[in-house]
Amino acid sequence: MTPRKQRMLAVGLAGVGIALATVFTLTAMKDNMMFFIPVSDVVAGEFPSDRNFRVGGLVVDGSVNRDPGSLEMSFRVTDLRCELPVRYTGVLPDLFREGQGVVAHGRISNEGDFEADTILAKHDENYMAPEVAESLAEHVSEQTAGLAQGSGECDSL
Amino acid sequence: MIPEIGHFALIIALALALCQGVLPLIGAHRGDATLMSVARTSAQGQFIFVVISFACLTWAFVQSDFSVEYVANHSQLALPTVYKISAVWGAHEGSLLLWILIMSAWTVAVGRYSKKLPPEFSARVIGVLGLLSVGFLLFTLLTSNPFLRLAVIPPDGADLNPLLQDPGLAIHPPLLYVGYVGFSVAFAFAIAAMLTGNLDQKWAKWTRPWTTVAWLFLTIGIALGSWWAYYELGWGGWWFWDPVENASFMPWLMGTALIHSLAVTEKRGLFKSWTLLLAISAFSLSLLGTFLVRSGILVSVHAFATDPARGFFILAFLGIVIIGALVLYAIRAPELDSNAGFKLVSRETFLLLNNIFLVIAAAIVFYGTLMPLLYDVMGVGKISIGPPWFEFAMLLPMLPLALLLGVGMHAAWRAQPEGVLLRKLRIPALIAVAIGIALPGIAYGRTGILVSVGVAAGIWIMLSSLLDPWRSWRREAGATAMPRSALGMSVAHFGVGLFVLGITIVSAFNIETDQAMRTGGAVEVAGYSFELRELRDAEGPNYQAIEGRVEIRRDEALVGEVLPQKRQYLVQQNWMTEAGISAGWNRDLFIALGDQLGNNTWSVRVQYKPLIRFIWLGAFIMALGGLIAISDRRYRSAA
Repeated sequence: MTPRKQRMLAVGLAGVGIALATVFTLTAMKDNMMFFIPVSDVVAGEFPSDRNFRVGGLVVDGSVNRDPGSLEMSFRVTDLRCELPVRYTGVLPDLFREGQGVVAHGRISNEGDFEADTILAKHDENYMAPEVAESLAEHVSEQTAGLAQGSGECDSL
Repeated sequence: MIPEIGHFALIIALALALCQGVLPLIGAHRGDATLMSVARTSAQGQFIFVVISFACLTWAFVQSDFSVEYVANHSQLALPTVYKISAVWGAHEGSLLLWILIMSAWTVAVGRYSKKLPPEFSARVIGVLGLLSVGFLLFTLLTSNPFLRLAVIPPDGADLNPLLQDPGLAIHPPLLYVGYVGFSVAFAFAIAAMLTGNLDQKWAKWTRPWTTVAWLFLTIGIALGSWWAYYELGWGGWWFWDPVENASFMPWLMGTALIHSLAVTEKRGLFKSWTLLLAISAFSLSLLGTFLVRSGILVSVHAFATDPARGFFILAFLGIVIIGALVLYAIRAPELDSNAGFKLVSRETFLLLNNIFLVIAAAIVFYGTLMPLLYDVMGVGKISIGPPWFEFAMLLPMLPLALLLGVGMHAAWRAQPEGVLLRKLRIPALIAVAIGIALPGIAYGRTGILVSVGVAAGIWIMLSSLLDPWRSWRREAGATAMPRSALGMSVAHFGVGLFVLGITIVSAFNIETDQAMRTGGAVEVAGYSFELRELRDAEGPNYQAIEGRVEIRRDEALVGEVLPQKRQYLVQQNWMTEAGISAGWNRDLFIALGDQLGNNTWSVRVQYKPLIRFIWLGAFIMALGGLIAISDRRYRSAA
């Protein structure tokens, strides 16, 4: 092949490959992309009902409840404004604690609680998932400001 | 006193790096031999002072000098000495110092083995490396100084993150860095070639061994990281598509493309500008990886530093390096054209396809890693992209790559008659297809199209790689003695085959179950019975643990006994899972303790992982192939 033809071939192949890759990956993207939804939004009913999403916040003190001898457990997660009941079956991560940050993957069940298939906890003392930190920070200021006026209430459906 | 010496040595190293980065480049431009000769001596000087600095920090760790903030935050009196040493690079500041140490060691090695190169050229290579050193030294001294003192000295340190107290993780970062930093040598060679305006086949011959060494260390580094994640993160996954893993995988993909493209440039003088672009990309992606990790910009288990000043500095550095290199490329690449031709069926075409697929793979990883960031910046929402997406998307370039690999390595340069190739390869191809169809059903009792394709691809690559060594060993008619570089290629590709086979089988037939288990109880998985005989207390130097004694039986016969632990580290009070793994060449049996569910009952995760060892074995064999290839005689005479 002449150099010109080689270049044409290379560009052609690369073009076809990239086009195919784009189409396939974008299609696959839809099903595997999980949005992080703040707890308050979930409680207010603003969440995708047809696919998984992520929630995160602090595990409410005293909310962890587990059937003795079973892998089923439940707890509540808060963004310091609203609380959402979460149910999970399986082994919990090492750093799952009451009062600590947590992220859960799953969807809302028919009973209205969050049915988690994965629970992630932070990996060391000082680390919190940025989106969780952000959603908490929003309501910490709100809480302090709202104490006098009684705003910052949780609006559930 | 010792930490101050370390700090001061680092400042001297910066001054020497400035000399190394500026004077030889001016010398090469003016043809001034005196200025050019500064290159090697200043590089050696810089290395000596970086070693002093690194030794001082190590000393502070070994002596538990908690007046140094970095030591106080990442060590502890009861920490075993080996982890006190590995704690030096256990966090941001020290790992940067390690990066600088490795970079200057690479530079000294380049200086040592480039004496037969034209003096202008080696001066430019060392000069460019010097400029990169300046960037990293400035970064360390300005934003991440590990030698800062504390006003109040704590009685004991905060301890090293328990996850990092492990032999695998003690050596994973140094190996990974040798790989990352090694690509800076290929980068420097590329910049030097563009400055000289001359890129010939000799250039590729010089660059190839350096690139291969970097690539083989990166391969081992990534494989060790994956192995560590498998047994230490506790839950049996071996690749999570975590941004930090992706950050090391992207340069690996580009580096792999680069060593293949360099082969064409060396043998045929083709793909010159493409090779340059790959050398620039491989190193730029190493830097980008550092940026992603160090700035803590992405959600990641590794994000141990969240400091905007650091992120900004690396971003600026990244911008200067990439934009500078690309501008130079835009000016110089058009002059590097070559006119050699090749037929459609030829090794050149197969290597071109290899490059296209590898670059697409890197683009997919890049897209998946940075998409969440882009969504966030645009305010569309906070998304995460899960492993299923990566796994699916990666099939797209990787499957054709695997299938073509078996053909490509037997194709001749320039032109390959199709008939000869077909005759040579039809038997291995038939065997591979037969095994692909038969194996899943016979060995694992289940079939599927994707599994069969994966198994066939793995076997196909292995057989095809063995073909030439086998014929050469049997001294068959028409077979020639294999030079080391060809043997290395066969070995590395055999490793790819093992790797493909391992991934296919473990993804398809992995069994994982979470169960509640009480002492004396048993869980059945894949025909193996896991019986929890007893729970007892155990103790380590800086942790206490609850240890389970689990007997694994198959048809009543004892297969193995494992001791999974739940550790509590005394200083940080963190709980850590230490999995019990019974390893075998054909399967791993895995059990990890979850949490206590009351009265001697624990939640456990039990797993059966067929052929998982092939994944890491395959990676190590790939690296071994690289090692064999660079021992080829022609590289020794080139040095």
